[in-house]
Amino acid sequence: MPSTDTAAIAPPPKPGYWQRLGKPLFGTPVNAIISLACLWLFWLAAKGAWGWMVTRAVVEGTSADCRAGSGACLPFLAAKARFMIFGVYPYEEHWRPALAMALFFVAVGISMAPRFWGRWLLALWAFVVVAGMVLIAGGVFGLRPVATTLWSGLPLSFILTAVGLALGFPLGVVLALARASKLPAIRVIAIFFIEVIRGVPLISILFMASVMLPLFMPTGMTVDKLLRAQIAIIIFAAAYIAEAVRGGLQAIPRGQYEAAGSLGLHYWQAMRLIVLPPALRIVIPPLVNISIGFFQDTTLVTIIGLLDFLSTIRTAMLDPQWVGAAVLEAYLFAATVYLVFSYGMGAYSRYLERRLRTGHD
Amino acid sequence: MTRLFYDLRVRAVLYQVLAVLGVVSLGWYLASNVSQKLADQNIATGFAFLGREAGFVISTSLIDYKPTDSFARALLTGVLNTIFVSTLAVVFATIIGLLVGVARLSANPLLRALAFVYVEALRNVPLLLYLFLWYGLIVTTLPPVREAIELAPHVFISNSGVTIPAMNWTPAHTKVLLALVAGAVLSLAVRRRMVATRVATGVERRVWPWVLLALLGPALVALLVFQPEITIDYPEKGRFRLTGGAHLKPEFTALLMGLTLSASAGIAETVRSGILSVNRGQWDASRSLGLDRRLALRLVVLPQALRVIIPPLTSAYLSLFKNSSLATAIGYPDLVLVTNTTMNQTGQAIEGIAIMMLVYLGISLIISLFMNWYNARVALKER
Repeated sequence: MPSTDTAAIAPPPKPGYWQRLGKPLFGTPVNAIISLACLWLFWLAAKGAWGWMVTRAVVEGTSADCRAGSGACLPFLAAKARFMIFGVYPYEEHWRPALAMALFFVAVGISMAPRFWGRWLLALWAFVVVAGMVLIAGGVFGLRPVATTLWSGLPLSFILTAVGLALGFPLGVVLALARASKLPAIRVIAIFFIEVIRGVPLISILFMASVMLPLFMPTGMTVDKLLRAQIAIIIFAAAYIAEAVRGGLQAIPRGQYEAAGSLGLHYWQAMRLIVLPPALRIVIPPLVNISIGFFQDTTLVTIIGLLDFLSTIRTAMLDPQWVGAAVLEAYLFAATVYLVFSYGMGAYSRYLERRLRTGHD
Repeated sequence: MTRLFYDLRVRAVLYQVLAVLGVVSLGWYLASNVSQKLADQNIATGFAFLGREAGFVISTSLIDYKPTDSFARALLTGVLNTIFVSTLAVVFATIIGLLVGVARLSANPLLRALAFVYVEALRNVPLLLYLFLWYGLIVTTLPPVREAIELAPHVFISNSGVTIPAMNWTPAHTKVLLALVAGAVLSLAVRRRMVATRVATGVERRVWPWVLLALLGPALVALLVFQPEITIDYPEKGRFRLTGGAHLKPEFTALLMGLTLSASAGIAETVRSGILSVNRGQWDASRSLGLDRRLALRLVVLPQALRVIIPPLTSAYLSLFKNSSLATAIGYPDLVLVTNTTMNQTGQAIEGIAIMMLVYLGISLIISLFMNWYNARVALKER
């Protein structure tokens, strides 16, 4: 018979409210002061936001009412929302980029579930890219062609990010393999390329693409402005992806390479079948972080005159009718959109890290 | 012949020759296109334009610059502006980042939440958007200079920027500052020497008085010899404008604020993961060795956390420095803006971009070399 003294083996009593909340908040005088200061800050922020967005908000009226009032200018958002999102894309064709974006989100959503990871995802993405391009560019299936100079707003930001990453990824993997190569000439070329690109700001590469690239082309050949910026972003993305992938390659034990060699696999077979699958799996979280960074970095194309999302926001704000009436409103709208996507991807990256870690340490 | 083709060494050489040939021929092809185009469009080549008169105004400069100066001096002004704003931002971002990073790990849930909101709000919104936002808010929502708000005594903010008290700087001040720098170097040398002696002989002697003396001694002597006058120039509010003090333009204020805040969020995450990476057992082990909290932090925990923190901190500094190029978007005359103006005036895009890239590469290289040296000092010494 086991001892009847159950009190000795019972779990300790559940901590009360004081233990769980009171003590960390008000346990010591310093903590109490910090807590009160934080509460005060939260109170101020909540009061300010409530006043600005609800009580003092200008619900309807014109830009004059917004300039006179001191709250959020809702008529601005109502009047300009579609322009801010789709930019100068022909108004009656807005459903096309909207549908393309919806396809894109569905594809992203499917790719995020690890159980769908596999070869057919590539097919899915190939379909989404082609369908998206057809929808946005038009010219077939009775869709009106739309020039690239009219591609703008949020769809343009997503195109620049998605195409940049999609084409930057294979290039980055090749660069990472080249950098890890035993052949000195190939290694040196890869190191030089990666380090130069990573050592200069994206703006300088965008300037190079927009100013210098036309000079590099043979006479008579012109490259579309959007394509030039896209090339710059692909090259930039490739260098950063290469560094992330290099980390993954370094994490694969030597024995794997040697085992592949002893099975008689040649270099490309060994890489494709043995080394790259686990190496790329390891670097998925850093790659997601790189993607978040690139989504934010596409805003820089504003500086070379492309109409990305940030740029259409600013154009809407500088509309003579609304100028000076809705600075905070427009930027907060843009910031919210960026915040939602970036935070969502960041949360996903943390989830993946946790998931990939289980079973090891 | 086929035997030769399947020989791995032959193949290795072949691949490398092919790669080099590919790169060289691509370069040659592009270069020939460029020279063809330049000849067609009658664009001069070479760096002779650097000596010519620039002829444009630069709104902010650390050195004397007038439109009659050369392009070379204009570019130097841009480089110095870039370095100036990045250096200030690095200092502020490191301090704020350290505080926020520690706050993220606080036992107080409210403080933790506040730090979390701060970090996520800054990391998930593009820096360029923040730059436009700060700049837009300064220019449109703040009152004109006539009605400047006095934020603190003698600190004014208005839609033309921030005005703060400034110290009148004379050559005597520069000499004292140089003496202080010399003192810092000297004190490091003294400390190193004394610690080495202690390790060698085992005799415990107080180190800090000597280090302090070496640090402050030269500056004190310089103070006595040159006797710089300390006068402070306070901004005063006149009827129409502010007179005196140092004036920080809206572009500069917005840029410094944007760079500092965004970098501080990254640094906070770095600091947090560095501290988390040190195993709890290390604290317990230090305590069982009889070290108090302060000594345990200094001798056991911090050295291990630094080892984790330094590499990502290096990339945070590097990206801050490169991000300072966004200055162009709000009109702060950094290297990119000045180069851009130069390219527009001379038409020599290739030279302009080459200079810009070389300067960024060079400074990035210096930062990484310095941080690598520091990293090697704190890195794990394995046998």
